Amino acid sequence: MSLWETVRIAVRALSRNTLRSFLTALGIIIGVGAVIAMVAIGEGAKARVEEAFASMGTNLLVLMPGSSASRGVFGGSGSLPTLTWADLKAIQEEVTDVRQAAPYLRTTAQVVSEEQNWTTSVCGTTPEYFDIRSWPMSSGAAFTSSDVDTGAKVAVLGRTVVDKLYGPNADPVGQAVRIKNMPFQVVGVMVRKGQSPTGQDYDDAVLIPVSTYRAKIQGGLQNYIAGSVFVSAVSSDATARTERRVRALLRDRHHLSPEAEDDFQIRNLTEIASAQQEGTRTLTTLLASIAAVSLLVGGIGIMNIMLVSVTERTREIGVRMAVGAKPRHILAQFLVEALSLSVLGGFAGVGLGLLAANRLAAQFGWPMLMRADIILIALGFSGLVGVGFGLYPAHRASRLDPIEALRYE
Amino acid sequence: MEPLIVLDRVTRIYRMGDVEVRALDDVSLSVEVGGFVAIMGASGSGKSTLMNLIGCLDRPTSGRYLLEGQEVSRLGRDALAEIRNRMLGFVFQSFNLLTRTSAVENVELPLIYAGVPAAERRRRAAEALRRVGLDGRLDHHPSQLSGGQQQRVAIARALVTQPRVILADEPTGNLDSRTSVEVMALLTDLNAAGLTVVLVTHEPDIAACAGRVVRMQDGRIHSDERRAAAAVGAAAPREARP
Repeated sequence: MSLWETVRIAVRALSRNTLRSFLTALGIIIGVGAVIAMVAIGEGAKARVEEAFASMGTNLLVLMPGSSASRGVFGGSGSLPTLTWADLKAIQEEVTDVRQAAPYLRTTAQVVSEEQNWTTSVCGTTPEYFDIRSWPMSSGAAFTSSDVDTGAKVAVLGRTVVDKLYGPNADPVGQAVRIKNMPFQVVGVMVRKGQSPTGQDYDDAVLIPVSTYRAKIQGGLQNYIAGSVFVSAVSSDATARTERRVRALLRDRHHLSPEAEDDFQIRNLTEIASAQQEGTRTLTTLLASIAAVSLLVGGIGIMNIMLVSVTERTREIGVRMAVGAKPRHILAQFLVEALSLSVLGGFAGVGLGLLAANRLAAQFGWPMLMRADIILIALGFSGLVGVGFGLYPAHRASRLDPIEALRYE
Repeated sequence: MEPLIVLDRVTRIYRMGDVEVRALDDVSLSVEVGGFVAIMGASGSGKSTLMNLIGCLDRPTSGRYLLEGQEVSRLGRDALAEIRNRMLGFVFQSFNLLTRTSAVENVELPLIYAGVPAAERRRRAAEALRRVGLDGRLDHHPSQLSGGQQQRVAIARALVTQPRVILADEPTGNLDSRTSVEVMALLTDLNAAGLTVVLVTHEPDIAACAGRVVRMQDGRIHSDERRAAAAVGAAAPREARP
């Protein structure tokens, strides 16, 4: 007796009781559907977090000066400048694994075009910054090292600033923009980067050479950097090592004793990113586990109905045995019935899950990402549930005594 | 004639809790090829147990059972299933057709387990149904057939594997007298064509169709008569009349 024959008999038996078969499979349908929907949404959230962190730049460390403390009142991060331009130079030149480092000085100022004005972040930095943040230009070019050396009055605009000052789709490269009433020439527009993980708009910024910033926008503090320093490591593996080396270098340069606290802070964005990812992964696992429990409940439903079915069809089993069915034929018949229920339910569940994830994503603006391997795993798991919970009823059917089965009323 | 069925000092004991029930007690019986045997007896006399043993649905507690010279009393479940499939055909009192399954598919059932390909299965099942006079009702379901027709489907199912023996357990028990006559005529025809038939009944006029009547009592053979088979159906009552 071929497998095909067995499947045909099983499907016929199931189709004789369509409503019951459907209700039995519903447990699996809902279980698989829930797993698929939860994983799709979870993966979508994870991808969004990954994207957000990738847009901040890769292998990134951010150095901030320490906090001021006067009579027990702490001024918060960056309130006391402790990082010097010499520190920056030392980091660039002395720490291996540092690919690039750039200062980042920031203030809020009004920028004015011919028609509009807009108050935004004005930042002084060096050309390395664009590279560290992996932030290319959509038109024009970034300012250069010689612009920094000469203190040129050139500006690179973020997309939001362009939208506000010149309107959407405008290309202001070559035009003049006034920052704090001083004319600057627009040399480049950066591609849109979107929001930071905390919802801050990266594109709402104007970048100018750091020398110009110090000379014209905010005079400040001679030897000290009145802002932060962005450092990129050569690879993501090297990020943690680089963090340790930069910390050691700065502690040494600031003559801190071993027991003293750091007078600066280092934020490792790779670490924050992986912590965030870990969070979403945990959430996805939790949701998927809850969904998997419903899959298990579906399996118990199948077992229940298969036991009922074996009892109901005791005479049929007796007849089949009398005309020559071997125990393994009966076993295969009921096992394939359970398997058909769960696998058909699994396919329907995948459809339902994708539909549900799509609707939820559309309704609430959540991202959604479907992975083929998850679909295969869910289908495989539903098949496993069918075999697992179908085995006992099928085994019971195959062990029936033909005489008693034939006599069963 | 050579014996087809040989039971040699067969005993079957059931254990019900602490009580032993000796359903068959040292029974020896042989049935030759082409024989037509009716087994009679009150309920509890052991005739059903005897039938189940001959049908390879059960195994004796002691003694030997040779079917066409082969010792089958010690075979496992799979081997017995194969023997039932190849050599035996069952006809039951309550027909035991699969519901919501067409006549031709019911008849095909043994051939599925014999591994016969679908097209040949269909052809042989249709032929068996023609032989029992149901060629117009291949696709009827049991619920659409009369009792006599259902029993004829069951006989077709028993025939389709070309077995050596037909085992009929009270085949007319659920039928009225007119359809009983039809069914018995069919079995008599099959026997005349050379097929061995073993029949369990408690109706004397049904037993009268057989050339040999074995009476059971308390798990033993009480009597074993051979005689010329009467004409189908009316034979015994007619003799009784003056």
